[in-house]
Amino acid sequence: MIQFLIHEEADNVGVATVDIKKGEKAAGLYMDSQKKVEIKALQEIPLGHKLALISLKKDDSVIKYGHDIGRVVADIKTGEHVHIHNLKTRRW
Amino acid sequence: MAKAKNPKVFAYRRENGRVGIRNHVVILPLDDLSNSACEKVAYNVKGCKAIPHAYGRLQFGKDLELFFRTMIGTGANPNVAAVVVIGIEPDWTHRIVEGIAKTGKPVAGFSIERYGEFKTVEMASWKAKEYVQWASELRREPVDLKEVWVSVKCGESDTTSGLASNPTVGNALEKLVAMGGTCSFGETSEITGAEMVCKERAANRKVGEQFMATFNAYQKMIDDNKTDDLSGSQPTKGNIRGGLTTIEEKAFGNLQKIGKKISYVGVLDKAEAPCDRGLWFMDTSSAAAEAVTLWAAAGFVAHFFPTGQGNIIGNPIEPVIKLTANPLTAKTMSEHIDYDCSAILSGEMTLDQSGDNLIEVLVRTCNGRLTAQEVLGHEEFVLTKLYESA
Repeated sequence: MIQFLIHEEADNVGVATVDIKKGEKAAGLYMDSQKKVEIKALQEIPLGHKLALISLKKDDSVIKYGHDIGRVVADIKTGEHVHIHNLKTRRW
Repeated sequence: MAKAKNPKVFAYRRENGRVGIRNHVVILPLDDLSNSACEKVAYNVKGCKAIPHAYGRLQFGKDLELFFRTMIGTGANPNVAAVVVIGIEPDWTHRIVEGIAKTGKPVAGFSIERYGEFKTVEMASWKAKEYVQWASELRREPVDLKEVWVSVKCGESDTTSGLASNPTVGNALEKLVAMGGTCSFGETSEITGAEMVCKERAANRKVGEQFMATFNAYQKMIDDNKTDDLSGSQPTKGNIRGGLTTIEEKAFGNLQKIGKKISYVGVLDKAEAPCDRGLWFMDTSSAAAEAVTLWAAAGFVAHFFPTGQGNIIGNPIEPVIKLTANPLTAKTMSEHIDYDCSAILSGEMTLDQSGDNLIEVLVRTCNGRLTAQEVLGHEEFVLTKLYESA
């Protein structure tokens, strides 16, 4: 069973399609290539929330839909929760 | 049905040739002062509908033009069979009556000054009774689905919107536009971050430039009025709870509603009717009720509304078809949802199947099936105000 989806190959985050538990080895699917991937969740990832597919440093770009969706403001490890505490808009 | 090249639906052919899927008799107040009289008429005469609102006094300039375009457009919408207009004074009341009368549909105006509300309600009630009984004998006839103008806008989005419910709408729009349909998307501020991608989707360079000019004007308005970085408003608290983090992420999810292939043929001002078929961008607020009110006033007769966390908006004259891909929303708020497409998330349904299913729901809605929003009585009629009244 798939626990998260990734829009495109270029993305560095996936979206949980179920509540993913801390420590769980979660199965993901790339929607464009249908390629499968497994990531160990380091934190709880609620349904609809993002998890990092690679580690990201401050000022890196989070890529989703193949596009830059904002700036990393705190280092993120692979499998961590990506949300308002570590990702900010580049606009406004 | 959705597989058919040119599906038929049963709908109302209006005097001006346009197609409506509802048969409302509307009691339309010119101004805030006349809401009470309209509601009294709607109480007296069963089968008609008052549409109260908060404005119509001392507006001026572009804001007044938008006000009249919205009010006249609402009465002129093909989902409306006939209209009774009530205003405090006769001059602006008749401006609305004359605007609606251009469609050829029955419309009459009454004004309260020099009669008082009792007398006005009595006169308007007689006219409303006449219209309701006349409209009740109008019959649906077979028409092409492509004649049903469809607008799209999402609300309380979350990441499931970008994954499944918005792409479902995009898939359905691709099919409707291929049939020769007329569709519209908007939400100018919610394209922030994806504006260059949206510009590329214009049918030609001129339309792309028009879009950018509209987008930049809206951004300037936000910049001129903001007191913080908008992170408390855009994304909304509901968006954030659902996992959306930035306006850019919301914007790319939002754009999934126009599919992958179709380009838009023109840019519309608020409440402006398109002059040809195809997909149109309309400059609208991203607030759901404001935006849908503008599309209804532009003549759109059905609306696709994908939601993530569960926006429950409706409109008094344009049925709002609500879909969600969030299994939690589908489960906990099912009375609001017309179509649950969460099976896409679990890989049990393809996007193409989901687009067909949504068109099937549209066909049933056109044929008379009431949407969840209609049954629940969600009739948010909200005028867009450009600035303060004089």
